[in-house]
Amino acid sequence: MSPARQLEADSLTEIEQDALAEIANMGVSRAANNLRQMVGEQVLLSVPSVKIVTREKASKLVERNNASKLVAVQQSFAGPFSGRALLIFPEAQSLELVRSIVGDQHSLEDVIDLEQEALAETGNIILNGCLATIANVLHRTMRMSLPSIVRGDGATLFEIEGPDSGGQFVLFLYIDFNIKKRDVHGFIALLMDLPSIAALKEIVNDFISAIEKQPSGHVG
Amino acid sequence: MQYKVLIVDDSKLARMVMGSAFRRIRPDWSLVETANADEALAAISSSAVDIALIDFNMPGIDGLELVARIRKTHPGMPVAVVSANVQNEIIGRARDLNAGFIPKPLTDDALAAFLSGAALRLKKMAP
Repeated sequence: MSPARQLEADSLTEIEQDALAEIANMGVSRAANNLRQMVGEQVLLSVPSVKIVTREKASKLVERNNASKLVAVQQSFAGPFSGRALLIFPEAQSLELVRSIVGDQHSLEDVIDLEQEALAETGNIILNGCLATIANVLHRTMRMSLPSIVRGDGATLFEIEGPDSGGQFVLFLYIDFNIKKRDVHGFIALLMDLPSIAALKEIVNDFISAIEKQPSGHVG
Repeated sequence: MQYKVLIVDDSKLARMVMGSAFRRIRPDWSLVETANADEALAAISSSAVDIALIDFNMPGIDGLELVARIRKTHPGMPVAVVSANVQNEIIGRARDLNAGFIPKPLTDDALAAFLSGAALRLKKMAP
């Protein structure tokens, strides 16, 4: 990584961090609302966190408080900035999540049969809700890939096994969610690489200056 | 009047959700399910499909491209794009193709409203 890139990563100002967290919050709130509709139960969210960290650090953050066996639905996005969005939860809870979506009337065999399928579609609905909201807020368009499912530890999910990629800096946005009545909790994470961060910074600054021009200054 | 509705979605779960909502709302209408655009086009040319509900994000031909192809042969068919991708651009492109947009997760209300509008439009078009 060039020193210039490094500097860029470090130079996210406080207002930029705030704006990003707020934009992420809008996206994730939409995602949580989608999840709530799908499971028919309340979904609790943590305060979103925005960090510039190495991929390795990001992978450790998702393992925190979690079993190291994780399952994730991931979707790549591309546009003025690009990266990956992941819906992550402990693998042991994936059947419970699927059951909460397809309904308790299905047998365990049915649920196991539907697992991959249901995870992919759930991820698709949740992550699309999040990314589309962010795109709309920023007045930009993003293309999203089909969802795919990854199983493994944090390192597998964030692809840090490649040469040097573990030390690569990424913008890491994450939020915890918790389905109140079920034993299901997880993360929604957005991972962006550094060239994207530069583009994102510019867009976020457009967003900030548009807000400053509004008389009420209301964001959320 | 009973109509035949086509559901196009690569996700079996999504088809199950749409199918069960559909049967609650219009138990007397009939339903055809396909998993991709090619199957959908085949179903439209071989059977008398009246209304189509189409997912956007599918492998191969996406939902908007499929709507564009359907429009060449069926300019007046009531069609809705059903997607969690609620980007203004996607909704705008659906509108440009004279198609409705129903957000996922699908609600009975949203589907019922679209189907009522579609039935009305078909009645007007009928000779």
